Amino acid sequence: MSDIDLQRRNFLKTSVGAAAVAIAPGVLLFDMAHGNPQALSGKVRWGMLIDTAQCKPGCNDCVTACNTENGLSGETKSTDSQWIRKIEIKDISSGRELSLPMMCQHCENPPCVDVCPTTASFKRADGIVLVDKHRCIGCRYCMMACPYKARSFVHEPLSDQNPDVPRGKGTVESCTLCVHRIDQGGQPACAEACANKAILFGDLNNPESEIAQKVRTVATTQVRADLRLNPGVRYQGL
Amino acid sequence: MASYSLSKLRSPLYYALLAIGGLVVLAGLFSVHLMEEHGHIITGMNNQIVWGMPHVFAIFLIVTASGVLNVSSIGSVFNKPAYKARAPLAGLLSIAMLFGGLTVLMLDLGRPDRVIVAATNFNPTSVFAWNVVLYSGMFAAVAVYLWTMMEQRMYSWSKPAGFMVFIWRFVLTTGTGVIFSFLVARQAYGTAILPPMFIVMSFAWGMAVFHIVQSSIYVWNQKILDEYVQKRMRNLMGVFVIAALYFVATYHLTNIYFARQTEFERFILLDGGIYPWLFWAGYVVLGNVLPLLLIFHPALGKTRCVLLASSLIILGAFALLYVFIIGGQAFPLSIFPGYEVSSSFADGAIGQYQPSLPEILLGLAGVGIAFMVTAVGIRVLDFVPHEIPKSR
Repeated sequence: MSDIDLQRRNFLKTSVGAAAVAIAPGVLLFDMAHGNPQALSGKVRWGMLIDTAQCKPGCNDCVTACNTENGLSGETKSTDSQWIRKIEIKDISSGRELSLPMMCQHCENPPCVDVCPTTASFKRADGIVLVDKHRCIGCRYCMMACPYKARSFVHEPLSDQNPDVPRGKGTVESCTLCVHRIDQGGQPACAEACANKAILFGDLNNPESEIAQKVRTVATTQVRADLRLNPGVRYQGL
Repeated sequence: MASYSLSKLRSPLYYALLAIGGLVVLAGLFSVHLMEEHGHIITGMNNQIVWGMPHVFAIFLIVTASGVLNVSSIGSVFNKPAYKARAPLAGLLSIAMLFGGLTVLMLDLGRPDRVIVAATNFNPTSVFAWNVVLYSGMFAAVAVYLWTMMEQRMYSWSKPAGFMVFIWRFVLTTGTGVIFSFLVARQAYGTAILPPMFIVMSFAWGMAVFHIVQSSIYVWNQKILDEYVQKRMRNLMGVFVIAALYFVATYHLTNIYFARQTEFERFILLDGGIYPWLFWAGYVVLGNVLPLLLIFHPALGKTRCVLLASSLIILGAFALLYVFIIGGQAFPLSIFPGYEVSSSFADGAIGQYQPSLPEILLGLAGVGIAFMVTAVGIRVLDFVPHEIPKSR
């Protein structure tokens, strides 16, 4: 074999080796992060239907499940994050009382995304509204803009985070619809935890899905529908 | 250079004042360091009152930075010589206050280290992103304007430059008002009256700051302000104060008329604790009634009265901004109109806010920065007005 051939072979071997070393950690990390290689489909619109008749006052199971899943402290000081909360409401004129969970409503036209200066707040093709924790500068304009008080600001240093749910001091966060579960074919922790099945999760755009069928047949409401934000979370019996 | 002596600017007192300004800035920077280390938990801000004391200071400084340019606009755009002589000082004050305000706003961010992210990721639908352009453009516009006024060869350009600044500051203050106008769901905000209201308030506050700075410089250098100039500027300030009050009154009256807003107005104007107090006693009485009396009462209106009136106008400005920014957030969002609401996240409850020392120090650092830039500016360059007595 000529010298040139040997040199070429060595060069190729080294190049392939170097490329493997460069790419391997990325592939490994992607796998560790349970990344989904498939591009998101804009045909899907994830949403929830909350049946207030099934939601029991005093029951906090969805909140607890959310806190556990996402590594939140579960404390309720005014500076603590609450991605989902139970709200007790009472009709002032009739006295009718209801209990319901409130979280990011994953609007089609989210004000938080509109106002975010750095595009850290964004909406995925499948309708999930998220905050890019690497891009958020912590200006809190999205918190001012959200009509649902759905967002929290991380006021303190964090420890013991769930690797699937990165959070960061000085950034804004909110319900991710458990996007890490959805990307694995699962459903949000709150929906799973509700013993009364008051939270129905699914694809609003798929006419065959249970949620789409139900939304078609029963009267449902979007909170602050007057704002025309078209939230992906709907309420029944409101 | 100045034809008269500014020897006082070389006195130990000058350096002592500069040192005090420096200490105020350092205290603010130390607060920022603490906020970086411990998080915003050491401020009074929380998940309901997300903008607090730093924003009151920052918005005052930014709005006033635009308003103080009245003096130069009237000089350059409307050709009034008495104002023209003061245009460089107004330009310097504008840059100084803008610098102070923006520093506060930036250092209050949850991640101030990511300022480069803000500069490189631009969301075209975000008024905050527009303001990044508007604020930095303002620095450039005023700097060019100052250059055309201070460099003899560029004099002929000072009118077009002044006109550019005139337009730019209108857009800038509109941009600041629009930050709140675009908040669709907050009862205190989300109305198109806010940008013009901010513009008119900027006129009044800018004149007040200019008066204080000008009087201080004159007193310190034993110069006497021309009586005619004083009268003109004082009366103009009075008119702006009345105009601003008119806008604030219209804003509240319109709200009171809407059934869905009456509860909010009741909170801000009557039973909201500190907020009605600050509004009526702080803004209306101290910030409007008294200054107007001091300005327009025939027996008053002298130098000291004008200085006191200006200080009161600034005090009123802070009171109004506190009510507007913090009171506006303290009133709960109406997520379920027509329902009584309660939750662990303070839904339906009045937001609690206790400003903490670090955030106040950060806000004061903005004022300190504005002071230092002005003090150094008038020391190294010729910013002090050259009086043409009895100028018309």
